[in-house]
Amino acid sequence: MADQPNTMIGKVFLTKLIDWMNPKTTISFLLFLFSTCFVFAKTITICKTGCDFNSIKTAVDSSKSGDSLFIKTGLYKESNIVIYKKSLYITGEKGTVIDTQNKGYGFSVEATDIIIKNLTIKNIEVSYTKEYAAILLFKSYDFVIENITVERAFFGFLVQKSKDGIIKNNTISGEGKAEADSGNAIHLWHCENVKVLNNDVRRMRDGIYLEFGNSSYIANNYSTQNMRYGLHFMFSNDNAYENNTFEANGAGVAVMFSKRIKMFNNLFKKNWGTASYGILLKEINDAELQHNIFEDNTIGVNADGTNRITFTENTFKNNGYAIKVHGACYDNIYSKNNFLHNSFDLSYSGKLNSNKFENNYWSNYTGYDLDKDGIGDVPYRPVKLFSYLVNRTPESIVLLRSLFIDIINFSEKVSPVFTPENLIDNKPLMHKVTW
Amino acid sequence: MLKILKYSFFDLMRSSWSYVYFAFYLLLGIVLLFLNSDLSKAVITLMNVIIVLVPLIGTIFGVMYYYNSKEFTELLLAQPLKRSSIFLGQYFGVALSLSMSLILGLGIPFIAYGLFKSNAIWDFSLLLIVGVFLTFIFSALAFNIALSNENKIKGFGYAILMWLFLAIIYDGLFLMSLIIFEDYPLDKVSLIGTMLNPIDLSRTLILLKLDISALLGYTGAVFKQFFGTSFGLIISIFALIIWVALPVLRIIHKSKKKDF
Amino acid sequence: MVEIVDLHKKFGKNNVLNGVDLNINEGGIFAVLGPNGSGKTTIIKSILGMVIPDNGTIKVFNTNIKKNSNYRSKIDYLPQIANFPSNLKVIELIKMIKDLRGQTNNDQKLIETFKLQPFLNKKLGTLSGGTKQKVNLVLTFMFDSPIVILDEPTTGLDPISLIRLKELITVEKKKGKAILITSHIMSFVEEVADQIVFILEGKIYFKGSIEELKTKTEQNDFEHAIANILTKNHA
Repeated sequence: MADQPNTMIGKVFLTKLIDWMNPKTTISFLLFLFSTCFVFAKTITICKTGCDFNSIKTAVDSSKSGDSLFIKTGLYKESNIVIYKKSLYITGEKGTVIDTQNKGYGFSVEATDIIIKNLTIKNIEVSYTKEYAAILLFKSYDFVIENITVERAFFGFLVQKSKDGIIKNNTISGEGKAEADSGNAIHLWHCENVKVLNNDVRRMRDGIYLEFGNSSYIANNYSTQNMRYGLHFMFSNDNAYENNTFEANGAGVAVMFSKRIKMFNNLFKKNWGTASYGILLKEINDAELQHNIFEDNTIGVNADGTNRITFTENTFKNNGYAIKVHGACYDNIYSKNNFLHNSFDLSYSGKLNSNKFENNYWSNYTGYDLDKDGIGDVPYRPVKLFSYLVNRTPESIVLLRSLFIDIINFSEKVSPVFTPENLIDNKPLMHKVTW
Repeated sequence: MLKILKYSFFDLMRSSWSYVYFAFYLLLGIVLLFLNSDLSKAVITLMNVIIVLVPLIGTIFGVMYYYNSKEFTELLLAQPLKRSSIFLGQYFGVALSLSMSLILGLGIPFIAYGLFKSNAIWDFSLLLIVGVFLTFIFSALAFNIALSNENKIKGFGYAILMWLFLAIIYDGLFLMSLIIFEDYPLDKVSLIGTMLNPIDLSRTLILLKLDISALLGYTGAVFKQFFGTSFGLIISIFALIIWVALPVLRIIHKSKKKDF
Repeated sequence: MVEIVDLHKKFGKNNVLNGVDLNINEGGIFAVLGPNGSGKTTIIKSILGMVIPDNGTIKVFNTNIKKNSNYRSKIDYLPQIANFPSNLKVIELIKMIKDLRGQTNNDQKLIETFKLQPFLNKKLGTLSGGTKQKVNLVLTFMFDSPIVILDEPTTGLDPISLIRLKELITVEKKKGKAILITSHIMSFVEEVADQIVFILEGKIYFKGSIEELKTKTEQNDFEHAIANILTKNHA
């Protein structure tokens, strides 16, 4: 059921109260109070017949800041609805559909205090020159986008130079065939403090894309079948993402050129392909990964130029490669992780400098624990000779699990020649880590 | 042929070797399940064992049965029976009884452990299918070797050598040639190389199931088509069938020309 | 009944049969004799189709035996070494051969003749050589075929069984069967054989009755006659 317009304001008020502690929002809250004091807000209804307006566009154009717009059930063939410097609270009744008929944007917003809720927006124009989206937010602050279903999206929500917003409970899906003719479901560009929660994004280019997006929080989203990345960070610092599921995306999740990212409790699953991985870490510093599960990926973690990253209590299960490390990775610490039945636990090219593996559980470990302290008495070497060979001659992968390969792996284990001496887990655990 | 098959089969099912073989798999299954308490991991370990052991047992058993039943074969040869039916009957008798021991020996502990409720059932079925194929291939190869060698010791020697070659040495040479020619495109070559060895072929089938994620990491288009679609599965099964058919055809051919 | 024309067989470099011509067109007992390695067994096995000749034709009842297996239903064969699947019981083996070849009721009589009842439920692996040979004889004679080939039939037999065997051979002969026998026991041959086929160096050296052989070699005694052929040719 759609919210009643009067309670809408109350809700916004509550939301603002929650953000009370944040000084930035305080200012906007004061502005909000100010505006509601001097202009009497009213509720405008929109439907085909018998309401205040029969078009969303004319309703928006004739509304004043602080007004609530209630769109009743129906199909509205409208596009490029521009909201400029007005605080509006737009909600739809159940079954309200806006068909943009492949003409530009759905909503194009540049405003503070804006809420758009409970709508279905469909048929967004595909363009090779413009980034048409169901909702474009530009220089908007304190926004809420909630319960919006976008079908046949080009871009879903394009948020630019905006701050302090919430994007939640939305469903965005596209039908693009290639990366070039599809956009991103939720695209944040030069944004700050945006919360992306409980969204379902699929069949787009990127599921969620943060470019120059800082201090944002992304949680409980489900991102699948996107052509490129389920989640993508570029030049975005101090973000956290938690409890998300990324499944069967073209390349997985990419975290690139970003600092201080926290990644907790996410599930990275079934990202299969030649350039596919659970997560790509490229030029990342000081990140934390904890309680994530990497399952059935071609590569679980693909690390390239990552420094001071801690991997704690993650599970790597049935991946082709649990971790693949390219050059220039310094001071990363892997501890208390579970490595279960991966074809390769670790593969690296170049040098592995001062990376530390300690107290991990390796299902391939064959050592023993005579003193029964739960820690294997013989160290574990996660790099096999065979992974070195496969790096060199990729076709030799067809010999995986051959008896001959087992024999040479064993001889390498006994007297290492090719694999680095210091790449070792000195305290492998005898039992799986649980948390 | 069916009559001979029947007698060979029942003869073997009553021999102590079948029980040993059956007991071995039963024990293996129980121990693996006991140690791992995880069905899917037990299946993985089992795959490694099966790929090496089933060919070895198939080879030894095939050669042994042929030489042991030589006089009986001669008795049969004097009967109004076709040569091909005598040898094919014996061959299928051996292969079937070995397959039975394998399927029952492994099946019982796994079913008792709750296989039908687990999603490892497909992996397990594939494992048994591969095991049966390997049994048929290697007992056929063993019959070929025995048919071509009157000398028992020589026959055994060649059979063990063949197993050693296909199980280990082949892969060594294969790997070496891949490294030597690494500057050339090798994806087709490596797939063909796999097809030419039934053990590698069965391994590939299992890889398709277990390590598909790793296999898809390779960039070659041929690989991608082979491992990424059902193409690989179909081709592999087809190649396995050829691997059974060719030695069987040679048994027929060879048996027609042989003097006893 | 059996017609062999210009039979050649080599085993490796060893020429075993060198143009054998043999015609058996009436019933009777034919003893195939010759020194070790002369090709006796090879001829027999050629007739049975167990050895594939390099050259020459063999006809059994006017059908070429090449690529044929049905003609063997007209031949009973007693192999030299009787080694049966050791897991089978005697009765099972008899049943099995009957199953493979066709039904017959002669087995009961033969089991009686050789006193095999106590062994019927024993496994073949546990039997003595002589008992196995008796089982072998039962298997051979139970089908009543017009041609019988016996390779060393006396091996391991006790005197009573030997007498029974001789009686059996005589009875079969009277039915008009052609019986081919190889044996090293000359007294046995002399007692039962109508015709001697002597093979030497891959050829039929002599074919005829014992009397004719004695005349040819100018010896009074059969054993000496045989010895005479051998010494003359190897001197």
